[in-house]
Amino acid sequence: VRIHPLGDAALVVELGDRVDIRLNERARDLADRLRRVTGVEDAVASYCGVTVYYEPEQVSYSAIHHLVLALSPRLRARAKGGRLHEIPVVYGGAELEETAAQLGLEVAALVKMHSDKMYNVFLIGFLPGQPYLGPLPARLQLPRAATPRARVPAGSVAIAGRQTIVYPWASPSGWHVLGHTSVLLFHPNRHPPALLRAGDRVRFVPT
Amino acid sequence: MIAALRVDKPGLFATLQDLGRPNHRRSGVPVGGAMDRFALMAANRLVGNDFGATCVEVLVGGSGLSAKTDCLIAITGGDLDPRVNGNEVPGWTGLRLAAGDRLQFGTRRTGARAYLAVAGGLAGDRWLGSRSTNLLVGRGGIAGRALHKDDALALAGPPRNAVVGLHLPVAARPTYPSMGLAELAAVPGPQISLLTAESRHLLFRQEFGVHPESDRMGFRLVGETLDVRGPELVSFGLTYGCVQVPASGQPILLMADVQTTGGYPVVAGVVRADLPAAAQLLPGDRLTFRQSDVESGVRRWSALMAGLEAVR
Repeated sequence: VRIHPLGDAALVVELGDRVDIRLNERARDLADRLRRVTGVEDAVASYCGVTVYYEPEQVSYSAIHHLVLALSPRLRARAKGGRLHEIPVVYGGAELEETAAQLGLEVAALVKMHSDKMYNVFLIGFLPGQPYLGPLPARLQLPRAATPRARVPAGSVAIAGRQTIVYPWASPSGWHVLGHTSVLLFHPNRHPPALLRAGDRVRFVPT
Repeated sequence: MIAALRVDKPGLFATLQDLGRPNHRRSGVPVGGAMDRFALMAANRLVGNDFGATCVEVLVGGSGLSAKTDCLIAITGGDLDPRVNGNEVPGWTGLRLAAGDRLQFGTRRTGARAYLAVAGGLAGDRWLGSRSTNLLVGRGGIAGRALHKDDALALAGPPRNAVVGLHLPVAARPTYPSMGLAELAAVPGPQISLLTAESRHLLFRQEFGVHPESDRMGFRLVGETLDVRGPELVSFGLTYGCVQVPASGQPILLMADVQTTGGYPVVAGVVRADLPAAAQLLPGDRLTFRQSDVESGVRRWSALMAGLEAVR
């Protein structure tokens, strides 16, 4: 376990450095426990660590540091109440064929491999409601595009590295877009506003 | 509701802000809120509001408002030459406006962002527990957008007993940039070791410029390229004040509307006591990072807060 300050009112706990569901589950367990500590404003699990946002006037960096060291051997790697979401996707578009060609696959085979797999929601972040899903089957792993696209529409489903994502907002993208969903991943009037939560699972259903 | 103020001229960019929404990062929702959190809290204190009441954040560029009723206001943050009916008025001081008075922000004397608090606090759309304006989602403040001409700003509640003339002396305020140069105390970050020794030296020695493509999410910095080595990282939770170094080697100082997560190496984190100085920079201004530690950051923030508490 490594712990680093982020300025004077946040810190980062690193449990490891891999994209691994067991590490992610332990990180979420740690975040859940830290959120109950007086003076901890929020604790957000990422792939393999936790960022802790705290009030130093109530709880010190070293107090959280010691607590994390005491808790870390006891963290449990078990999915807690994750929900399963089926997200309909219309696979298609110019990039789908390009991506299949880059992978040396038929389009149909790429679609089947992407949609057969059950993905874990590792974290929600960067943009409101944006899920980071994975791990992607090894056969589908590509580096990000050398030249990012200026804008892909909201609902774009894309892959890069070991991850697959859905863009809740129109956004610049260096990822490979395979299709589009009409499911709203973020709605400001919903509580919580993000459809998905870390720990949920997702399957894409070709439509 | 009765309007307390009306927007005569929106100026370059004025928004409603409070201390943001800190409890929705797990949905990917940025905390947002005032860029200069101390100035917002101080303005509220000087008119008898809670620290987190909603204020107008005015970016330099000629915003004008008029009072619709008698009210108690305070203007803090950068000195944007505020005038009432054409006459200079002091900053960091509780002032009485009479119905019909016109408040005008002028050119920059120092800083970039001023905060206008009104006794009672301003009303506005509340979203996820905050009235701060989120432009991407289009929620909070006035319909999630910057202020327009003729927007009416109502009070959130009745003003409390507050006397005119409360003042926060210079010594109790944050250190603001001088001649467009800010010195920001920063704690070495989680990925500082990914910088070469030479680049680590550069980070804490060189002067960076603030690039024109800078906004409430982050300031792009311009300087001698930092050399960052190592594997691509996985995303983790970020906060206001983080200094990221993307592959280009030109750092980004993350500001109040910082995205919740990111995967670039974070080489430093500016302490809370110096974020007000950062918030008072504009494109073309300059900054340096001074290497510091958590303890001194906490001490300096506590001292600032003690100064605010002492106002009565």
